[in-house]
Amino acid sequence: MKKITIYIILVLIAVFMLYPLLWLVGASFKTNQEIYSSMWFMPMDFDFSVYFNAWKTNTGYSMGHYFINTFTIIIPKTLFSVISSVLTAYGFARFDFPLKKFFFTLLMVGMFMPAIVTVMPMYMFWHEIGFLDTYVPLTMPSLFACEGMFVFILIQFFKGIPKELDEASRLDGCGSLHTLVYVLLPCIKPAVISVAVFNFLWTMNDFINPLIFINSTEKYTLSLALRTSVDSTGQGYEECKIIAMSVIGLIPSVTVFALAQKKFIGITAGGLS
Amino acid sequence: MKKYNNPVGVSKFTGLLLISPFIIGSILFIIYPFVCSFVTGLTKYDGIHSPEFTGLKNYKNMLTNRHFIKAVGVTFKYTIIFVPLKLAVSLLTALLLSTNIKGIGFFRTIFYIPSILGSNLAIAIMWQYLFTRNGLANQALELIGLDGVSWYGDDRYALFIIILLRLWEFGSTMIIFLTALKEIPREYYEASKVDGCGSVRAFFSITLPLLKNTLFVNAVLQTISALQEFSAPYMITGGNPMKSTYTVGMLIYDEMFSYHNAGYANAVSWVLFMITAVVICIMFRLTGRIRKDIP
Repeated sequence: MKKITIYIILVLIAVFMLYPLLWLVGASFKTNQEIYSSMWFMPMDFDFSVYFNAWKTNTGYSMGHYFINTFTIIIPKTLFSVISSVLTAYGFARFDFPLKKFFFTLLMVGMFMPAIVTVMPMYMFWHEIGFLDTYVPLTMPSLFACEGMFVFILIQFFKGIPKELDEASRLDGCGSLHTLVYVLLPCIKPAVISVAVFNFLWTMNDFINPLIFINSTEKYTLSLALRTSVDSTGQGYEECKIIAMSVIGLIPSVTVFALAQKKFIGITAGGLS
Repeated sequence: MKKYNNPVGVSKFTGLLLISPFIIGSILFIIYPFVCSFVTGLTKYDGIHSPEFTGLKNYKNMLTNRHFIKAVGVTFKYTIIFVPLKLAVSLLTALLLSTNIKGIGFFRTIFYIPSILGSNLAIAIMWQYLFTRNGLANQALELIGLDGVSWYGDDRYALFIIILLRLWEFGSTMIIFLTALKEIPREYYEASKVDGCGSVRAFFSITLPLLKNTLFVNAVLQTISALQEFSAPYMITGGNPMKSTYTVGMLIYDEMFSYHNAGYANAVSWVLFMITAVVICIMFRLTGRIRKDIP
């Protein structure tokens, strides 16, 4: 009896979580009239031409162009943040050095620092040195381990590895970097993957930073392109096209999540608790 | 001379060298913005002409500016309603998922999906459609015999849309609770059962005390993100109607990019940071413990 109640509640929540997404996919095949009259997500018929239209967009560039732009940011950014976060986390987790407490506090402060607060001074900073409307402000900060959350997760993982492992490798004559790359890194591979996945998802979702740093349509990311299409189309016209664009925009995140899902749900939680 | 606890042959500079990216990063992206927004906040600056020093005028203006006061009110109202709701929903769902029934993994994945897509612009667009006059939300209300609501036109409901969107993304908070719940030894519950405790009693006397830390961390994380809420109101309601969803984050953005008051925008940014810091300090005080987590 108790079990059945739990299942009913879980199913209800699941409906609340998934139905909007199902509805979104269905609505991309519907006419305006159908969108506003039927709650059922299944469209009356499937006409895939809407996706061809959506792919073309009305911004002058195709969605393919915006995909390439977005990945031009994501790939270096992911690489940078994995390398810099691993090095920094390694330093914090395994070594003692002057001002350690101070820098660790700074790491926490950085984690708690609202993006909207830092974004104004950073705008002026990049403006001053002439990097506005390039991808530099979007990728460069990742070189400097600025995602406190990633460093924090990695530190927790390093602390989970017995120190004897380091010592053994040291006795074999390996230096600190050597130990990191050949001994410790294989042990924290899952954490590194989750940092990369999170970085991917966050960059995919990021809206504030591209909004502020990028001006020319040619350099827009997917999210900015979506925004422009909504603004220039307006409610009431071709709703299905905008919805289809949104669906396309969600595909990369859903794919990456589906691939990495098993690995990273548990891990991120482990790092935080 | 302080002794540094390092392996033999490792100098105290090795660690510093390893974290050197972060040292540069923290100067550039934490200390610099912090100082810069305070200093720029002391000036009148339009982003083009050179800044003109005006002292604390921006800060004084804030105190009497009704847009600012309203935005602070909206932000606090949002935070106070949203954070407890999100914690409650996440914790309750985590409790359901920590019972030993089949299919947990399936539900866990489904509940987690919205939180990874949540801040995507496509989701904001979806949310907009769900709450239009004839949208899914109103159709559902009519189905159960209630009148549809003008979600975007009524200042009593607009904030609710934003709250609901952020609640929909409860998955990642839930996962953190779920992990903490799994670490509680089963024997505790078995013992309490033997002593004749009901499950409600067990929740309050075993689960909740042991989840204190996790609850606190989640509360802090959610409070920070709530106080700086920008993208959801920016994309879904535009701050309307009657500025009922106009958060401090939106005010900063508008002052900077729509009205070109860089000085004022930076002053507000800095105040928002201070508000966040003070709120978090109060939370630390109230809960009576400072996390001693320094490695």
